[in-house]
Amino acid sequence: MITLFKRTKELEGKIDEFLDVLMQAALEFRQAIKYYVEGNNTEFEKREHSVDELEGRADGLRREVENRLYAEMLLPEARGDVLALLENSDNVLNLIADTVVEFSIESPEIPEELNLQFIGLVDESIKAAEEMVSMIRSYFKNISSVRDHITKIMFHEKESDRIGETLKRSIFKRQELHLSHKIHITQFINYIQQIADEAEDVGDRVSIYTIKRMV
Amino acid sequence: MTWFFLLSGIFLGWSLGSNNAANVFGTAVGTKMVRFKVAAIVASVFVIIGAVISGAGAAHTLGRLGAVNAIAGSFTVALAAAVTVAWMTKLSLPASATQAIVGAIVGWDLFSGALIDTGALSKILATWVICPVLSGVFAYIIYKIVVYYLKVSKIHLLEMDLYTRIGLVLIGAFGSYSLGANNIANVMGVFVTANPFKDLNLFNIYRITGTQILFLFGGLAIALGIYTYSYKVMKTVGKDLFKLSPSAALVVVFAESLVLFIFASESLQKLLLSAHLPSIPLVPVSSAQAVVGGVIGVAIARGGGRAVNYKMLTKIFSGWVTTPVAAGIISFFTLFFVQNVFQLRVFNSIPYAITEKVAAKLASQNLWHDDLSPYRGTVFQNARKFKYTILRNANKSRGNINKILEYSEIDSFIIDSSVAEKELDPAWFSKAQINAVKKLHGSIFAHKWELVDTLSSLSDSWKFKPNTAANRLYNKGLKKHYAKLYVIFNIDAMRAALQHQE
Repeated sequence: MITLFKRTKELEGKIDEFLDVLMQAALEFRQAIKYYVEGNNTEFEKREHSVDELEGRADGLRREVENRLYAEMLLPEARGDVLALLENSDNVLNLIADTVVEFSIESPEIPEELNLQFIGLVDESIKAAEEMVSMIRSYFKNISSVRDHITKIMFHEKESDRIGETLKRSIFKRQELHLSHKIHITQFINYIQQIADEAEDVGDRVSIYTIKRMV
Repeated sequence: MTWFFLLSGIFLGWSLGSNNAANVFGTAVGTKMVRFKVAAIVASVFVIIGAVISGAGAAHTLGRLGAVNAIAGSFTVALAAAVTVAWMTKLSLPASATQAIVGAIVGWDLFSGALIDTGALSKILATWVICPVLSGVFAYIIYKIVVYYLKVSKIHLLEMDLYTRIGLVLIGAFGSYSLGANNIANVMGVFVTANPFKDLNLFNIYRITGTQILFLFGGLAIALGIYTYSYKVMKTVGKDLFKLSPSAALVVVFAESLVLFIFASESLQKLLLSAHLPSIPLVPVSSAQAVVGGVIGVAIARGGGRAVNYKMLTKIFSGWVTTPVAAGIISFFTLFFVQNVFQLRVFNSIPYAITEKVAAKLASQNLWHDDLSPYRGTVFQNARKFKYTILRNANKSRGNINKILEYSEIDSFIIDSSVAEKELDPAWFSKAQINAVKKLHGSIFAHKWELVDTLSSLSDSWKFKPNTAANRLYNKGLKKHYAKLYVIFNIDAMRAALQHQE
C-alpha cells in the first residue's frame, strides 16, 4: 500500500517535471529570440543549446510517464486523454525547438524597425504556451481553473495572430526588400504563430477532457 | 437425499453470484480499475462472511412470509424461483432473485393452505419501493459531498485514481458483505425451517448455528457463481448498463451497499430499538434495483431529471410485478407436480382446533365468543380453512382472529432432559432457562402457548416483559430462544433423531 502511494507520488513528480521543462524551454526560447534580434550571437547560441537539451529531457520524461501509465494500468478512463495531452504539449515544445534551430541555420534578417513588434509576437506566442502548461497542471490538480487558462490561451493566440498579420503587412509594403527576403521573414513569423496555434489546439482538447473528468 | 434437495438452493446461489456480484464490482472490473481476480476473491470472501454472520435477519422476514416446512417443498420453491429468474433473463426481461423467491413462497403458501402473513408481505413490498428511492437519496448526498471535497482538496488525477481503486475494493468488500447478508435469504431462506444441519460448537468457543452452516453453503454457491460466470456479466454491466466514471461508480456502489446493509443488519436494528427509534425491517432487497436507484440519484445530482433514464424506471416497476407473479404461478404448479408425480411431501400441514384447553385459554384472554362454540373439537387441516370458516360464520374482528389462530395451532412437543442437556447451548441459554426446561422432562405440549405458559410459570428467565418500547429487544431475543425450543422438542424432530440413533 505504501509503495503504491510512493509510486503515485513519483509519477506525479515526473509529470510535474515534464511540465517544468516545457515551461523552461518556452522561456529560454523567448530569451534566445530576444538575443537573436539584438544580434547577441553567443548568448543566442547558448540559449539555443539549452532549448535543445530541454527538448531531449522532455521527450525522455514523456516516454517514461506514458510507459508507466500503460504498464501499471493507471487511469484506465483518462489514460488515452493524458497520453494525447502529453504528446500534443510535447508537439508545442518540438515546434519551439525546431524554430530556434531554424533561426540558427537560416539566420533570417529582420529589419531593425520591426524588432519590437517581432519580440511582441514571440511574447504572445510564448505566453500562450505558458498558459498551456498551467492549464495542464490544472487539468491534473484543479479542474475548476482549467477554463480560465483556456480563455487566456485563446486571448494570446489571437494577439499573436494580430501582431503576425500587422508584421506581414508592413513587410510586404516595403519596397526595398526582395520578395525572397519578405517570404523568408514571413516563414519565421508563421513558425512563431504556430506555437500559439498548437497551444490553442491543446486547450481545445483539454476542454473536452475536462468534461470527461467531472465526477 | 437432503443434499439433493439443497441443489436448487445451490443453483439459485450460483445464479445470484454470477449476476449480482456485478452490481458491486461491475464498473470496477468493467473499467479495469480493479482486476477480476482481486474482485472475485474480495467478493467471495465477504459474501460468505456477510451471509454467515448477518444473514439471519432478512431470512427471518422471509420465514414469516412462509415457513416452508418440508425440504422437498423448499427444493421446489427455490427451483421455481431459479427457473423464473433464468427464464426471464432468457426473455431479456428484468428479473431478480429477491422478487422471484417472494413470489415462489407465496405460491407455496397458497398451495399448502398456510396463511399469507400480510404484515410481512406488505413490509417486503414496501421495502422494494423504498430500496431504490433510498439508494437514490444516498447516492445524491454522497455525490454532493464527494464533489465538494474534490473541489476543496484539489487532489491530483493520479492520486484520485489510486484512492478510487482503493475505494472500489474497500466499498466493494462492504458491498459484498451486505449483499451476502441481505441476499442469502433469497438463496437459503426457504430451507431454514426444514434445515437439515444442526448447531455446531467449534472447540467450545464459538457456536455456529445450523442456519449459519446452511448459509455457509449458500455463500459458497454464490462464490462459485462469482468465479465461474460473473466476469462476463461484470464486463457488460461496466460498459453498457451504467456508463459511469469510476469515481461516480464508487458513489453508486457505496449507496447500494448502504441500502443492502440497512435492510440486513440486525445490530443496526438493535441499535435503533435501544434508542427507541422506529426500526428498519430486515428484508431481502434487489441489489440491481438499488444500483439503478443510485445511478438515478447521481444523475439528478449532476444535472436534474433530464439525465434520468425512464426506460430503467419502467424496468424496475415491471420487476416488482411480473417476476413475483410468474414465480408464484410456476411455484404453485411445480409443487403440485412434485407432490403428485414424485409423491414427495412438499409441506407439513399444521392442524388447527379449538380444544377444551384452547377454549379455556381464549376465555382467559377475553377472546372467547359464543359464535365459536360450534367449532369446539373440530380439527381443521390448515390455517386457511380454519380462518375462513370462522371468519365466515363467527363474528370476529381481524385482530382477534389472528390471536385465536395463534392459540389454536396444534403442535406437539415432548420435553426430554437428556436432549435438553445435549442441544441447549449453555453459551446461549441461561442456566435458569436450561434447568426450567429440564424440570419438564416427559411433559407433552400440544400448543406453543402451553409451553410458554408452563415455562414462564417455572422461571422468570422464560417470562416475557410488558410490551413497551424498552422491552421490545428483550422480548424479541426471548422469542428466538422459544423458537429454538419449538424446533428441538418438536415430536417429529425427536422421532427422527431417535430413528437416527438406532
